[in-house]
Amino acid sequence: MTTATSLSAPASTPAFQQVSLKRKVKNGVATTLVWLSFLIAVVPLVWVLYTVIANGIKRIPYSNWWGQDLGSVLSDEVGGGVLHAIIGTLLQALVCGIIAVPLGLLVAIYLVEYGRGTKLARVTTFMVDILSGVPSIVAALFIYALWITTFGLPRSAFAVSLALVLLMVPVVVRSSEEMLRIVPDDLREASYALGVPKWKTIVKIVLPTALSGIIGGVMMALARVMGETAPLLVLVGYSSFVNFNVFKGEMASLPLLMNNERVTNSMTPGSVGFDRIWGAALTLVIIIALINLLATVISRLVAPKKK
Amino acid sequence: MRPGDRIFKNMTTGAGIFVVVLIGLIGLFLLVQAIPALKADKASFLLSRAWSTSDPTNMSFGILDLLEVTIATSVVALIFAMPVSLGIALFLTQYAPKRLARAFAYVIDLLAAVPSIIFGLWGILVLAPAIEPFSNWINKTFSWFPLLAPGNVAPSVRGTIFTAGLVLAVMLLPIITSLTREVFERTPTPHIEGALALGATRWEVIRTTVLPFGKAGYIGASMLGLGRALGETIALAVILLIPVGRFFDWSIFDGGATFASKIAANYSEFNNVTSAGAYIAAGLVLFLLTFLVNFAARAVISDKKGD
Repeated sequence: MTTATSLSAPASTPAFQQVSLKRKVKNGVATTLVWLSFLIAVVPLVWVLYTVIANGIKRIPYSNWWGQDLGSVLSDEVGGGVLHAIIGTLLQALVCGIIAVPLGLLVAIYLVEYGRGTKLARVTTFMVDILSGVPSIVAALFIYALWITTFGLPRSAFAVSLALVLLMVPVVVRSSEEMLRIVPDDLREASYALGVPKWKTIVKIVLPTALSGIIGGVMMALARVMGETAPLLVLVGYSSFVNFNVFKGEMASLPLLMNNERVTNSMTPGSVGFDRIWGAALTLVIIIALINLLATVISRLVAPKKK
Repeated sequence: MRPGDRIFKNMTTGAGIFVVVLIGLIGLFLLVQAIPALKADKASFLLSRAWSTSDPTNMSFGILDLLEVTIATSVVALIFAMPVSLGIALFLTQYAPKRLARAFAYVIDLLAAVPSIIFGLWGILVLAPAIEPFSNWINKTFSWFPLLAPGNVAPSVRGTIFTAGLVLAVMLLPIITSLTREVFERTPTPHIEGALALGATRWEVIRTTVLPFGKAGYIGASMLGLGRALGETIALAVILLIPVGRFFDWSIFDGGATFASKIAANYSEFNNVTSAGAYIAAGLVLFLLTFLVNFAARAVISDKKGD
C-alpha cells in the first residue's frame, strides 16, 4: 500500500537504446537547415520592404505627391505627384473587378452547386487551374490579338482591364469555390424543405453565408492584379496627365509609371527618377496593404453572426 | 424546373463553359495572329537566334536564344528555390510552434503580394550591386568552368541570368511552399505516430513519413513554380541586360532575354501588326510551354490529392 509508485515513469527500465550520436547529429543538422531556410526566406522580404520604404519615403509625405500629376513637370524636375497613376491603377482594377467577380463567382457556383461530380465540372476545374498558370504577358498578347488586331480597336485602359480579368478570374473562382464548399449542407436542405427554389437558396442562403470569405478572396485578388505590369506595357500607353476615360487615350498607372521612369530617367540614388520610382513603389505597396486590410475588416463585418 | 432555376443554372453552366472555351480561344487567337508573321519570317523560327522585326517587310526572327535563356533562368531559379521551399514547408508543418505557424505562413505569403516590378527594381538596383563582389569572385575563380565563366555582358555581372535567377527564386518561394505545405499537412497522423512510437527522431519521422507521402506534391508544386518562372515578365525585363551582337553562351553570367522579357522590352514595336505577330508567335510558344508544364504539374498533384 505504501509503495510510492510514480505514475510518471515506466515501471521497468525502458527497452529502448539511447539515441546514438550519429542520429542526434543528423537530427540537429536537419533542424538547423529547416530553421535556416525559413530565415533565408525572411531576408529578401525584409530587405525588399526596407528598400521600398527607405527610398520611397522621401516624396510620399507631401500633399502634391498625392494631389498632382506629372503633366506640368519636366521628367528630371523635382515636384509633381502620382495622382494620375493612382487613379489609373484604381480605375483599371475596378473595371477588371466588375467583369471578373461576377464571372468568377458564377463559375464557382456552377462548380459547387450544379456541376458536382460531372465531367464538365472536372474539365472546368482543370481549365481554371491552367488559366491561373497563364503568364500575364500571354494574357496581354491574347487581348492584343483579340481587341486590337481582330476588332481593330485602339489601345486603351479597358483592354488592360480585360487582360487583368483573365488573371483575376481563376483566383476568384478558387477562393469562392472553397468558401461555398464549407457552407454546411444542412442550410441548403433546410431551405429546400421550406419549398425555396434552388436558385433562391443559393442567392439568399448560400452566398450570404459564404460572403465574408468571398469578399476577402476578391479583395486579395484585386490587390494582386494591381501590381501587374506586363499587360500595361502591351495594351496602353503612358500619360503624365489624369485620364478618367478607360476607352480612350493613354492612361498611367503606378507600375507603368515606374517602368516609364526606369526607361526614361537616370536611376542613380538621389536623382529625381530614383526618388520618383521608389516613391511610386511605396505608394503601390501602401495601396495593396490598405486593400488587404480593408478585406479583413469587411469580411469581419459581414461574417455571419455566431451564437 | 422553375424558370428562375433554369435561368440561373444556365448562367452558371455558361460561365463554366466560357472558361473552358477561353483557354482554347487564347491558343487559337495567338496562332491566327502569328501565322502572317511566321510566313514573313526569313529565318528558321525554331532554330534561328536572330531577332530583327522592326521592318515588317524584312523580318527574320527565331526563338532559339529566347528558349535557352528562358530555361536557363528558370533552372537557376529552381535550383535556389526548391531546397529552400522544402525547408520552409517542413518548418511550417513540422517544426514551427503550432501557435506561430500561421503567422509564419502569412509572412511567406506576403512575398507573393509584392508586385514583380518591385522585385525587379530591387534586384537590379539593390541586390545586384550587393552581390557583385561575390559574382566577380565566382567569375574569376571558376572561369575555366563554362557555366560559371564570364558572360556575354562582361565586365558587368549585374544584369545576368544569375541575378535574375536569384530574384526569381525569391518570387517562387511562396508558390512552391504553399502547395508543398498543404500536402505535407495531410500526412496521415498514424504514420507519424507510428514512427514516433518506434523511437524515431524528428528528422527520421520526416524522412520516413512526411517526405515519402509528400514527394509527389512537392514535385508538382515545383513544376507549378517552373511554370511561373517561365512566364515571369517584368522582373526579368528590368534585370536582364541584353548583350549587343552576342548570344547565350551557356554561362549563368550571360545576359539575354526570355520569351516574356523580350516581348515586354519591345512593346514599342506593337504599333504595327506584322511586327507584333512575331512577338505573338513567341508568346504562343511560351503559352504552349507553360500549358504543358502546368498540365504535368496538375497531373502529378491530383494523383496524390485523389480528387
